[in-house]
Amino acid sequence: MRIEMEVNGERRALEVEPRRTLADALREDLGLTGTHLGCEHGVCGACTVIVDGEAVRSCLMFAVQADGGRVRTVEGLASGAGHPLQRAFRAEHALQCGFCTPGFLMLLAAALERDPGIVRDEERLRELLTSNLCRCTGYEGIRRAALRAAEEMGR
Amino acid sequence: MKPAPFDYLVARSVREAVSALAERPSQARVLAGGQSLVLEMNYRRERPALLVDINHVPGLDGIEVEGGELRVGALARHRDFEEPVARDPLGRLLERVSRHIAHPPIRARGTMVGSLAYAHPAAEWPAVAVALDARLELAGPEGVRTVRAGEFFRGPFATARRPEEMITGVRLPLLGEGSGVGFVELRRTGASFALVAALAAITVEGGVITSSRVALAGAADRPLRVRGVEEALAGDPPSDETFAGAERRAALEADPVPEPHAGVEYRRHAAGVLVRRALERAAEDLEVNS
Repeated sequence: MRIEMEVNGERRALEVEPRRTLADALREDLGLTGTHLGCEHGVCGACTVIVDGEAVRSCLMFAVQADGGRVRTVEGLASGAGHPLQRAFRAEHALQCGFCTPGFLMLLAAALERDPGIVRDEERLRELLTSNLCRCTGYEGIRRAALRAAEEMGR
Repeated sequence: MKPAPFDYLVARSVREAVSALAERPSQARVLAGGQSLVLEMNYRRERPALLVDINHVPGLDGIEVEGGELRVGALARHRDFEEPVARDPLGRLLERVSRHIAHPPIRARGTMVGSLAYAHPAAEWPAVAVALDARLELAGPEGVRTVRAGEFFRGPFATARRPEEMITGVRLPLLGEGSGVGFVELRRTGASFALVAALAAITVEGGVITSSRVALAGAADRPLRVRGVEEALAGDPPSDETFAGAERRAALEADPVPEPHAGVEYRRHAAGVLVRRALERAAEDLEVNS
């Protein structure tokens, strides 16, 4: 099927089988390999991207479903010195191997855009961070990075 | 971890979706949130030849109070219930339950009706549906029929839905003022499936429980309404002693199946404890809100 979507602000047209997941379309067809695939069944969150303002698991969505939609991936996050979240992750040692990082960045980017107040509610922030799996650095650095980025973005 | 090939149809109306299902019954599946179906397809446990995407059917995302019921459309997402959707205690119950479902990105896409259609024995919404004896609306080529939740769930991932039918919505009865609600869940990690979950709604008049609805998830091969517990509660005060009795009865009434993370005896015990806690929460809820 022929689909068209806006990816990181650019119109992209591509031919995909219906069974092509959005994650595979981004990685294989568009070469955007910043979106990582871990479990491929919605548990790990490494493949999280933003579709029409919503953080979604791109392994649990078919590319054909994003036809006509706006997709943002980690490649579209940075401009110049990096997104505040990326700088905060570096400052707070919120990544080590980096495999889960694109997913966490997109999860947090969507959440902060939707409601910056989420960082003031410890319980809600913790719950949000349980959405994705990190298996090396740990969540404390990621939590601090979210707080730091939110502070910078709120200025 | 890639799905088998399938044809894909974007339905623009219920009629179009149903006629597509009827053309290839038992080979077609409905795609709403896809948060369970697509993972099953990735594992190839599901290999539909046709996927009918209903996300663009107008009017299916409604959540409205009609008469004494809350009607929830097939495209209402789990997240829509995170703020109370009704002034009735039912709104508080659905809010509490919704916050136990998976995690925020899944809740933003997955749907209540999709969870009922999937019929996972440990899922939260099916337990709510049987506790309230909700009515499911199934649209087929011959029109719409209504099925009670008590008859809808037939076993793990098995329901009364016919292959050519789609569920267009579910109707949950309002509980009425004077009702308290409680929901508790036991799980290994924050985003795990429930090992066991319990919910309770009680109505108290003149110091005694006049009616109650108590159900368990993960305590049988399907969601389980524990009617023996409900019958025993009637006429008793909402006291520690009453709830201790409910704990014993619920443990006996539970019929857990063996599972790698918890044996039958453990789950039976947990079912009893959780029913007691759900009732305690319901009594607290009643006190706080009356």
